[in-house]
Amino acid sequence: MSLGKTEVEYISRLSAIAVEENEVDQVAAKLSNILDLFSQMEAADTDGVEPMAHPLDQVQRLRADVVTEQDQHEKLQEIAPSAEAGLYLVPQVIE
Amino acid sequence: MSWEVVIGLEIHAQLTTNTKIFSGASIAYGAQPNTQACPIDVGMPGMLPVLNEAVIGKSVMLGLALDAEIGRKSVFDRKNYFYPDLPKGYQTSQFNYPIVGKGKLEIEVDGVKKTIGVTRAHLEEDAGKSIHGAVAGQTGIDLNRAGTPLLEIVSDPDLSSAKEAVAYARKMHELVQYLGICDGNMQEGSFRVDSNVSVRRPGEPLGTRAELKNINSFRFIEKAIEFEIERQIELLESGGKVVQETRLYDSENDVTRSMRTKEEANDYRYFPCPDLLPVVITEETIEQINASMPELPDAKRARYVADFGLSDYDAGVLTGSRDMAEFFESVVEKTAAKDIKLCANWMTSGFSGALNKGGLTVKQSPIDADKMAGMLNRIIDNTISGKIAKQVFDAMWNGEGSADEIIESKGLKQITDSGAIEALVDEVLANNPSQVEAYKGGQEKMLGYFVGQIMKASGGQANPGQVNQILKAKLSD
Repeated sequence: MSLGKTEVEYISRLSAIAVEENEVDQVAAKLSNILDLFSQMEAADTDGVEPMAHPLDQVQRLRADVVTEQDQHEKLQEIAPSAEAGLYLVPQVIE
Repeated sequence: MSWEVVIGLEIHAQLTTNTKIFSGASIAYGAQPNTQACPIDVGMPGMLPVLNEAVIGKSVMLGLALDAEIGRKSVFDRKNYFYPDLPKGYQTSQFNYPIVGKGKLEIEVDGVKKTIGVTRAHLEEDAGKSIHGAVAGQTGIDLNRAGTPLLEIVSDPDLSSAKEAVAYARKMHELVQYLGICDGNMQEGSFRVDSNVSVRRPGEPLGTRAELKNINSFRFIEKAIEFEIERQIELLESGGKVVQETRLYDSENDVTRSMRTKEEANDYRYFPCPDLLPVVITEETIEQINASMPELPDAKRARYVADFGLSDYDAGVLTGSRDMAEFFESVVEKTAAKDIKLCANWMTSGFSGALNKGGLTVKQSPIDADKMAGMLNRIIDNTISGKIAKQVFDAMWNGEGSADEIIESKGLKQITDSGAIEALVDEVLANNPSQVEAYKGGQEKMLGYFVGQIMKASGGQANPGQVNQILKAKLSD
């Protein structure tokens, strides 16, 4: 399967990952390779095989519903690019 | 040609836990921004989520109440999208293997019962909150809500009118509160209803749907859906096309407005979350939860009608919430004669009326079950009449004490001394000679007039039964 420039631009927009003009061909080739690998895997007969949710054959352990965490927002916000009045600040989101 | 309306609801019920779904941070409402967001909730690299056991039990309870399949093995997936209040870049949710599978809920609209399919209910974490306008030119992010446990309950597209949709939403709202798994507070966002609305010609495939979001009252949900149905029909009949989009309801103008169109493919790239192992629920756990289930509203209503002989209406009011039903049962338990009819009448009129008037919930009532029963006991033992009880009730509501204290301090005790009543009767008859003549001349309706005068003279405190008896005896002399 081969992806063209239009598809790469579309995927770039959806994934919010910028792709430079001069990278498009290279990215298209790499993505096409990945898709080819998927086609190859898709060809395998998986009838009757239970989908695997996790490579470890174990069950999730549960935690008691008890508050164990303290307020650490000052410490956490020290490493944030921008914070004020207890809020993390990000560029304005226009709805 | 007619149109057929197709509605499906997605309800987000916030589960009543102490902590988040994957961390030990508190979910108490109203805390200062980011004071309840720990490293797991803010998405610090290397943090591992650990599932809260309480969410499993609560989800299974709903599953059992909806007669649904319980996911014996359920899996958490990552739903990927970008938004600043979602710091990890994905929401941990469930996709192929939800905790609750296919179930059903029966609703009733205008006396007609209908079974609505529930597609599934899955666990997920809430996102944080974006705050616009607090800091000029920037958006503030509060992650206290991030990681709050939600159970998203998805209905089949079985609802065919705004009324049915609201009946279903209300029923689910009642159910989650009965089960004690969600506090149902719509103002605080603990119970959110999103409606997918579309119309089609009968027999044709499903039309394009619009999603109505962020509506926090049942009344507005109904109005928003009604408006949306009209809008889509008008659009289609004038040759237009419905676009798939999210619309917001403007209650002031009673219209819906486009919020965002989904012209960009929403590819969430779901995949199993490698940080969480599959959750296995054993038969034993399900058995235990089943044994601890409270009586459900429909069963309770049926029991009130069958065992207590109450009307459907009264049974409906008394089971309107679990708190109301428990209050009622406690009052019945505490009254001497277990006079269910008397208790039910006072609960559905006096008590409910006062709650509605004050905009209060049962929990906020200034009168507890002990006080209520205390007053009813005084009616039963003839200390006060039903009419005087209304005064006592109002005084109790205003915090003036128990029924006994109020009867004592206001001197409301019913007059049952036949000598005293006889004196009142004599006085009234002596003061109204012409009316007595009229009565004796055949105008029997004068009897009511005398009773009224006697009751008035006694300040409403004479026992009406005795008054009637003595009055009739005197008049026939």
